[in-house]
Amino acid sequence: MDFFQQKWMTWILIGILGIGAFAPLYAGDARFPQWLEVVLGGLMSGVLYSLVALGLVLIFKASGVFNFAQGAMVLFAALSLVRLMEFMPLAVALVVTMAIMVAVAWVIERLVLRPLVNQEGIVLFMATLGIAYFLDGLGQTIWGSDIYTLDVGMPKVPKILLENVFEGGILVGMEDVIAAILAATLVGLLALFFQKTSTGRALRAVADDHQAAQSIGIPLNRIWVIVWSVSGLVALVAGIIWGSKLGVQFSLQLVALKALPVVILGGFTSIPGAIVGGLIIGLGEKLSEVYLGPYLGGGIENWFAYVLALVFLLFRPEGLFGERHIDRV
Amino acid sequence: MSDDAKTLLEVNGIEVIYNHVILVLKGVSLLVPEGGIVALLGANGAGKTTTLKAVSNLLRAERGEVTKGLIEFRGERVDRMTPSDLVKRGVIQVMEGRHCFGHLTIEENLLTGAYTRSVSRAEIRADLERVYGFFPRLKLRRGSQAGYTSGGEQQMTAIGRALMARPSMILLDEPSMGLAPQIVEEIFEIVKNLNAKEKVSFLLAEQNTMVALRFADFGYILENGRVVMEGTARALSENEDVKEFYLGISTAGRKSFRDSKHYRRRKRWLS
Ligand SMILES: Nc1ncnc2c1ncn2[C@@H]1O[C@H](COP(=O)(O)OP(=O)(O)O)[C@@H](O)[C@H]1O
Ligand SMILES: [Mg+2]
Repeated sequence: MDFFQQKWMTWILIGILGIGAFAPLYAGDARFPQWLEVVLGGLMSGVLYSLVALGLVLIFKASGVFNFAQGAMVLFAALSLVRLMEFMPLAVALVVTMAIMVAVAWVIERLVLRPLVNQEGIVLFMATLGIAYFLDGLGQTIWGSDIYTLDVGMPKVPKILLENVFEGGILVGMEDVIAAILAATLVGLLALFFQKTSTGRALRAVADDHQAAQSIGIPLNRIWVIVWSVSGLVALVAGIIWGSKLGVQFSLQLVALKALPVVILGGFTSIPGAIVGGLIIGLGEKLSEVYLGPYLGGGIENWFAYVLALVFLLFRPEGLFGERHIDRV
Repeated sequence: MSDDAKTLLEVNGIEVIYNHVILVLKGVSLLVPEGGIVALLGANGAGKTTTLKAVSNLLRAERGEVTKGLIEFRGERVDRMTPSDLVKRGVIQVMEGRHCFGHLTIEENLLTGAYTRSVSRAEIRADLERVYGFFPRLKLRRGSQAGYTSGGEQQMTAIGRALMARPSMILLDEPSMGLAPQIVEEIFEIVKNLNAKEKVSFLLAEQNTMVALRFADFGYILENGRVVMEGTARALSENEDVKEFYLGISTAGRKSFRDSKHYRRRKRWLS
């Protein structure tokens, strides 16, 4: 399978996916505006997948834990926010929710990660299963289990854009646009944090080599709290975007299931991989639904991501951007 | 090493057990005086790395535990501290196999060494230049990803990274491993230089007895988790047994099988 490990394979694979995405343009009657609508819609739902996947990758890189509770964190954050907003203005509720997510991270480090340090990955994974159920239960106990409408002031009315370019223009949900901008900003801020701050550097160091990081005095416990907090904040943003779209409800955490194929596609250890993987899956879903749906029957959206992930597991288990170890001595 | 030098590190009769069952150190004692370079010698598997990790408290990450004995740094018990606490007190380990952060640049690697210090950016900049002063090669390669640099450069990065914590003592594990002789020489010269100019004390684990004894003031020889011999570097390098078994020099012609058996017997008796 060496063929698939090459660096250029990454780009060829992306190229094939790209050409696939453009195919309807060449094949069809070039109804460009409709195609553009589909593409934009796909990219925007992709951004959301990216966000959840990003949370997963951050935790995986820094603590080697596959966090099954990421979806539960999304739901818990959104629930906290929506219920807190009943008592206080949005800005305050946001700050309080952030504080809650940091507290959750701290408790997880104290009660779960610290006692289980040096255990096998599977043990830690099971522990996150426990965290997931615990967070679900806690969320429902404190905040209730109804469906809540989350209104953070996102415009609900779709807009028609580029009217002067195409006949009829294209229809774009403003909500989606704002969500995408929000997500992109968050990703940008995270990138700055990782590259430019001393804590960010320490996080990358821990991701590279736990023991070496410990040997120079980087406290792993604190790093874990930070990473889980950051992951919690990312979950909050995902929760806000998704929650205001679908309402805050139990099924919200199921969207996080999509993050699994995303990280398989992008590679468990790669932040760009999580982002690109999310976009590819979002895009692929929508395009195949619209253009392949008529031939294969509908509902492609539901299985597209998993089939793609399966193909990757078979041929390229480290994903598109999965970091190979630098083995040179 | 003068006799009246203050003791910096004292390891007293420590026992180390891995995984609750594997007894690896069976009562190791050693002293490192302020400003000294002390070599910890012995074959592969003798327990050198375990000793260093017992001091720096990195054992826990390997499911190892100090079950007996005492470790003191500047008279303070340190065996219950975290590695981070120790780094803050001035003891830092440079691990065997260098362990640079492969995806970080050389300069980023160095900067991570300053993580425990809360000082101004300017001060960290100045320290960075100081490190580059000792390792001019690193300055040339400051922007390269550490994973793609040579073994010698990685060893320098690992030592430089430790220096950024402003330690008073470095636990240096097998710096010569896998390096060409002239690079080994270069690195040991820098160690000597750091010791003289920055007053950093070293506890140095080495299999390369020849080089280590040339640069150290004092040495301990470890075998099977016990110290079997100790002395000034000079005394050790002139000792017939050390010459024969660790330096590979035989003075009394070809060594006979019987002699070596005799040595083993005596050794067991010694320990
Ligand atoms: N994590 C570990 N678990 C169990 N045994 C270990 C571990 N690390 C080292 N050992 C054992 O301890 C002994 C001493 O190892 P080490 O301290 O690495 O020696 P040295 O550094 O002198 O080569 C060896 O027999 C080795 O197999
Ligand atoms: Mg060793």
